[in-house]
Order: sequence, then C-alpha cells, then structure tokens
Amino acid sequence: MNTHAPILPILIPFAAALLQIACDRPAFQRGVGISAAALLIIATSWLAWLADAGQLHIYALGDWPAPFGIVLVVDRLAAAMTMLTAVLAFACLLYANAGFDLRGRHFQPLFQLQLFGVLGAFLTGDLFNLFVFFEVMLLASYTLLAHGGGIRRTRAGIAYVVLNLVGSAFFLLALGLLYGTMGTLNLAHLADRLTLPGYDQALTRLAFALLIAVFALKAGLLPLSFWLPHTYAAAGVPVAALFAIMTKVGIVAILRVHAVVLAPTMPDLLGHWLTTLALATVVFAALGTLAATRLRTLAAWLILLSAGSLLLAPAQPRPGVTAAAIYYLLHSTVSGAAFFLLAGVIAEQRGNAADHFTGRSTSTAVWVRLAFLAAATTAAGLPPFSGFLGKLMLLTTLRDATAGPAIWVILLGAGFVVLIALARDGSELFWKGPFTASASPNVIAWQKVTATLLLVAGGPLLALFAGPLANYAERAAEQLYASEAYVAHILGPQRPHRQ
Amino acid sequence: MEALLATAVGILAGCGVFLILRARTFPVLLGLTLLSYAVNLFLFASGRLRLDAPPLIGSGASYADPLPQALVLTAIVIGFGMTAYLAMLALRGLSESGCDHIDVDQGR
Repeated sequence: MNTHAPILPILIPFAAALLQIACDRPAFQRGVGISAAALLIIATSWLAWLADAGQLHIYALGDWPAPFGIVLVVDRLAAAMTMLTAVLAFACLLYANAGFDLRGRHFQPLFQLQLFGVLGAFLTGDLFNLFVFFEVMLLASYTLLAHGGGIRRTRAGIAYVVLNLVGSAFFLLALGLLYGTMGTLNLAHLADRLTLPGYDQALTRLAFALLIAVFALKAGLLPLSFWLPHTYAAAGVPVAALFAIMTKVGIVAILRVHAVVLAPTMPDLLGHWLTTLALATVVFAALGTLAATRLRTLAAWLILLSAGSLLLAPAQPRPGVTAAAIYYLLHSTVSGAAFFLLAGVIAEQRGNAADHFTGRSTSTAVWVRLAFLAAATTAAGLPPFSGFLGKLMLLTTLRDATAGPAIWVILLGAGFVVLIALARDGSELFWKGPFTASASPNVIAWQKVTATLLLVAGGPLLALFAGPLANYAERAAEQLYASEAYVAHILGPQRPHRQ
Repeated sequence: MEALLATAVGILAGCGVFLILRARTFPVLLGLTLLSYAVNLFLFASGRLRLDAPPLIGSGASYADPLPQALVLTAIVIGFGMTAYLAMLALRGLSESGCDHIDVDQGR
C-alpha cells in the first residue's frame, strides 16, 4: 500500500470528478465532493507522515523507470503542499456547498479537476508532466472563474485565459529548447546531465530563464502580476479562496527547479533581479491594499503581497531562508483564503453595501467582527498569530543576505502599510454609520460559518504548532537542497545514459 | 529544410504576436492559434529533423526520436481545447456586453 501512496492525492479527486460527471444530482455531487476532500486530507496527512521519514518516495507511472517514464516524487515539501491544498479545498468546498455550486453547471467536477491539476503539479518530477498538470489546473480554473456568470467575470476570464495561453506557449518553447539541448525533461535527469560538460550553455540558460518566467507569471512576480488582483477579485468567493493555492504552485515550481537543477550548476541565473522584482512586487501589493475599495480586492492584493515575500526565497537560495518561506507559505495561503471567505460572509451580512468599504453599513454579527480581527491580525503580521512568526522567521534568516537592509525596510514597511489599510477598512466595514433599521444581521448558512472559522482558526493554530511546523519546514528545506541525493535516488545508482 | 522550418516558425510566431496585441477578441484568438502552431512546429523540431525515419526502432536503417512527436500531440490536444474554450468565452462576452473589446472598461 505504501508504494501506491504518492498517487492517491491525484487519484482521489480524479475519481470523484468522474463519479460526479456520471451522475449530476446535486446532493450526490456534494456528498461525493466533500467526502473526496475529507479523504484527501487523510491521504495527504498520511503522505506527509511517510515523507517525514526522510526518504523520497518515487512512483513510476506504468512502472517505467525514471528517465524513460514519468515519475511522481514525494518529498517533505511536496507532501506539505498537498496537505495544505487538501485542507484549503475542504474549507472552500464546504463554503461552496451552501449554494454557490448551483449558480452554474458542473461546479463540483470542475472543482475536483482543479485539485487534480494542483496536486499533480506539486507531485510530478517531470517537466512535461508539470506542463500537463498546469494545463489541467488552468483549464479548470478558467471555468471556475466564470462560474456564477456576470459580465465582470467573463471579462476578467478572457484576459486571464489569453494571458495564460501565451504563458503555456512559452512553457512549451522552454520545454522544446530543453529537450533539444539536453535530451531529457525529467528533473533529476536534467540536474544530472547539467553536471556533465558538452551542452549548449547559452540555449540551456535561455530555456531555464523562459521556464522561470512562466512560473513567475503564475506566481505573480511584478511585471507579470497585473492580472492577479483583477482576476481574483472577480472570481466567486470559494473559487477565489481556492485560487490562493495557485500562485503557490508557481512559487513551489520555481523553488524546486531552482534547488534541484539551477543551484548546483547555474546559481547566477536567478540572482539580484529576482530579489529586486520580488521586493517591487511587495511594494506594489502594499500600495494596492491601500487603494482597494472592497474587501475581496484587498484580499487579492494580500495574496500578491505574500507571493512577493515568498519569491525572496529562491532569490536567496539557502535552506534557512527556504524553511522560513515554507512556514510563511502555509500561513499566507490559509490567511489569504480566510480573507476571501470572510469577505463573502461580510458581504452577505451587510446586504446592499456588500463588502465595499463605502456605503451604508448594517450591523454584523459579533463573531464576524472577531473573525475579521483575528484574520487581520494574522495578515498584518502582528503578534501573537502565525503572520508575526512567519515574518519574524523570514526577516531573521534574511538578515545577512546581500540585500538584507533593503529587504528589512521593505517587508517591515509593507507590513505597516497593510496594518493601516486593514485598520481603516475594518472600521469602515463595521463601525461606520448610520446603521440601517434592520437590527438583526442576515443568518449565514452553517457551512459558510464552519468553513470561514476553520480557515480563520488557521492563524492561531499555525502559531500554536509553530515549533513542530518550523522544524518540519527546516527538514523539508534541507531535503530540497540535497540535489545530489534527489538525483541519485530517482535515477538509481547506475545513472543511465551517463556516457 | 532547417532554414525553411525556422522561417516558418518565425513567421507564424511573428504574426501570432502581432495579432495577440490587437484589441479585439477575434484577432487575439487567431493570434493564439498561430502562436501555438509555431510552438508546435518548434517542439517537433526539438527532436531534430530527419527524412524517411519512422519513430520506431528496428523498422529501418534510421529512426526518429519519438518523444517530441508525443509531446507535440499532447500540446496540440491541449491547445485545441483551450482555443475552443476561449472562443466560447469570447462569444459569451460578446453577447453579454455587445462588443468584443478585450478590455473591461473600454469599447462600451
């Protein structure tokens, strides 16, 4: 059974999607979807536990050995990411089950297919397979984005689809260049071949630069990030919350390609420019939070802000920084998604004013206000929640980096700006009168309440278990940078084709 | 043959990029199609160009690399699906707003 563990996170959503396509009774689809999500949490937790034994788990699809067939590789980072995705998916699906899923057709199977793509992208050890999973993820996201209808979503959808299709074209160009020069697309095999002489340096560097640019588009690095706030704010609430993991797919892909392939052989490819662009992204996103006119848009800018902070990790390739980034990644995904769900709940309670910061306010329930307080404290990086710890770890490990002072100034400054934005917007949302006559706020469906509280509780919980999680992140980062062991384990001791 | 293929890829990619930068959805859609043709040809050439060489070992004196052909096939299928979806989305945008301008606020 252990040998088949790595493929479970991919099979579960895929099988669920097939079942849901076969029978489209809403109750059945909801049941299958939510049980699949719960099962996914169990399977990925098990996978994380297996991965933490320290050994890489390789799953050769069709039993073809590594450079010839496609392999799934589970290390600690991949396992942690799948677990994060599963928890997030459970909360988003629970929220969507309160009625959002029936606002259009095929929401449930598309949601599962989106998970299929995201989880596959985290697990695969082959670049072309990564492309395929990216496309599965994107195709599902195109349709999920348009779910619920409305001109706003269609317009955002067209721009998003065009941009990502161009991105896919560049992805394929990079893969073609890599295959043409190196003769392989398996990540471990590439890392191995790059240590040998006799390949075209310039073309290979160009190919990797293109590849990183495509990942940066998904991650939202500055010159490629103008689509993000617009798109995320237009998406339906549970969809936007699930999209919080999508920028992380790009970031993890950059981290992995960089750690396994680039760090040992061409460490100068991502250097200062990535630090500069990541910091520029942080500044851009911090200004965006000030300019946001509704809570959803603010949440989208917060996602971008965390993406900028996280991209500092591949720019400073040291296990310490990456470990801090992994903890920060867990925190920022959960807290970003929590904001989207909160925005949905608040919009429902405030009626016509929705989640806009202007307009007449109606009274909101006490738990909503407290949840906003907790989520805002987490997102702004104030103690005692996970945002503070994550930022602290990131800052401590980045202290002796080359651009250390600049990073400190910008990250702390951005934190302050976010604090101002959240404080201002919170008071606009909850305290600004005059309150309309209806005293009792709308009742929120229990699924929405549970899902929102689950994600908001992520902040305190991640802070409570910060010790074990940070240790896990440290082990994950060390494993990620042990490129030699990765290659040796996947290709086996003989290393085929090493002539 | 290499020069011919390279020229074809270049022209297709150039026309594709030009069309993608247009402001209406239909030229953009055509541009994406052209760009994906260029990319597919490029991907096909990454296995080197050979005449009279089937992608099967033992079928003749020489054989071609089968992997790029498999990759191209996958890329074509994915690209086709994506283009079809974009066409539907553009049609929906057209019917909802009455114009096929690519920007949200312009052209209304």
